[in-house]
Amino acid sequence: MDSILGWIQTHIEMIYIVILSIFLGIEVIGRVPSVLHTPLMSGANAIHGVVIIGAIIVMGKVEPGNYAALIIGFLAVVLGTLNVVGGFVVTDRMLEMFRKKK
Amino acid sequence: MGLSLLTVCYLIGSVTFIIGLKMLSHPETARRGNLLAAAGMTIAIFGTIFLYEEEGVRLGNYPWIFGGLILGTVIGLLAAKKVKMTAMPEMVSLFNGMGGACAALISVIEFGHLAHLINAGNLTDIHKGTLLTIFLGLIIGAVSFAGSMIAWGKLNGRIRDFAFKGQQVFNLFLLAAILTGAGYLLMTLNGSNYALFYVLAAASLVYGVLFVLPIGGADMPVVISLLNSFTGVAAACGGFLYDNQVMLTGGILVGAAGTLLTILMCKAMNRSLTNVLIGSFGGSTSGTAVKGDAGGVYKEISIADAAVCMAYAHKVIIVPGYGLAVAQAQHVCHELEKMLEDKGVEVTYAIHPVAGRMPGHMNVLLAEADVSYDKLQEMEQANDQFRNTDVVLILGANDVVNPAAKTDPASPIYGMPILEVEQAKTVIVNKRSMKPGYAGIENALFFQPKTSMLFGDAKAALQQLVSEIKSL
Repeated sequence: MDSILGWIQTHIEMIYIVILSIFLGIEVIGRVPSVLHTPLMSGANAIHGVVIIGAIIVMGKVEPGNYAALIIGFLAVVLGTLNVVGGFVVTDRMLEMFRKKK
Repeated sequence: MGLSLLTVCYLIGSVTFIIGLKMLSHPETARRGNLLAAAGMTIAIFGTIFLYEEEGVRLGNYPWIFGGLILGTVIGLLAAKKVKMTAMPEMVSLFNGMGGACAALISVIEFGHLAHLINAGNLTDIHKGTLLTIFLGLIIGAVSFAGSMIAWGKLNGRIRDFAFKGQQVFNLFLLAAILTGAGYLLMTLNGSNYALFYVLAAASLVYGVLFVLPIGGADMPVVISLLNSFTGVAAACGGFLYDNQVMLTGGILVGAAGTLLTILMCKAMNRSLTNVLIGSFGGSTSGTAVKGDAGGVYKEISIADAAVCMAYAHKVIIVPGYGLAVAQAQHVCHELEKMLEDKGVEVTYAIHPVAGRMPGHMNVLLAEADVSYDKLQEMEQANDQFRNTDVVLILGANDVVNPAAKTDPASPIYGMPILEVEQAKTVIVNKRSMKPGYAGIENALFFQPKTSMLFGDAKAALQQLVSEIKSL
């Protein structure tokens, strides 16, 4: 029990962020017209690519001799970058088409 | 200095994500919104690389980091630039899987870092909290990765639907086993049982596969959207792990938005999420096609008659569906539209919310073919106009125009909002055959006296129509 309360205590700011972000996420998306659902899904997909930051931190902290961790970390960085770059570019391509009129 | 600057970078990142998502909700600002979020992401990434420090120690292994970034960027750019518009959903699924795998791999490494503490039996309560986020990141990330790969395979036709008896029960059992296993491991972790962590990882992958396998291909958009929000949550776990606000905001925003989007998609199909996930609708009901009492005679129309019919109409509404997407006929469709407009016919498109492979997908496809944005009408708008319409041309759509959704309470699609095309004077339906659509039910519309069938592949039929109208 104490450990749970302690954990909440040390992470209280993070927990606030989580709760507010949940409402914010729902609020922001709630008004999207169905026309934009696919680009939106793709854009959201690119945004959760922010996990790349975790991969970079993990990679940067590995001791240079630890090859197993280096390789796994490298893979994580590559996959995370794919998610970010691919996600944003695909979304941009979709939205570019919406802009062309006439 | 460095660290406080990094905090500002993260703040900028978080704010751009929020504003970006908001701007994505309007057609005029959507593109800038996406670019804004991308810019914020870039700032956050480079801030992390150059400014991050832990207990005064900067990050190392720059060659590895930049190598990974460059390799990922090149592959990502190529894949995203080359993909066809019709293949967009599976591309999103693929990228989503990459993010999930990334989150899971982070957990694997972080767990490795704790291994020596575990071996020495020196775990404190703080470590338990860290372990909890590591476990969550691993499980959610792995499920999302495996599930996305299956969804990707299903959408491009490489993987068939597969279900065995009692699969749902087995899945629930497996999920329960994973969660209990994780809980047990968290409580008792020591030098002798920490290898179980990897068993947990493997079990999560298996669960991801079994979770998506029985769900029909047409339901994949819902599944991808759901897995998208899973990956968001997995990324947020990383936020807890590193006390990193930008990962947390980004992850949770996507988690919440993705969940809502999933529900919206289900709503448009008039089904509950549970029904999509547990019901394995696509697999079970399409086999036992419900015989409506509508059966009877339908009449066919020749290309020439259809061409005349449309060329001399005042107003034509085109209803594009899945069949148009599959036949990749969006360009020819636009050609037909221009041809008819030259003849003075008013042409618009009626888009059902779930037309195509995911909500909004049809709009993307038509936009690719340069169809003007203001020609696309949403369902409510279109339903007001069918009554004054001479000809409705249905291209590979079926369930979204089935009147049974309004009239037959016994129908599985009863209650789903549909395009009320039967109000128009004439309806021409282009389909490859009389086979029922995705919901596996007959469509009474096809047997109505004002309806004529134009059989054939959408692209071929449209090409013939175009050349026919040209010669009129």
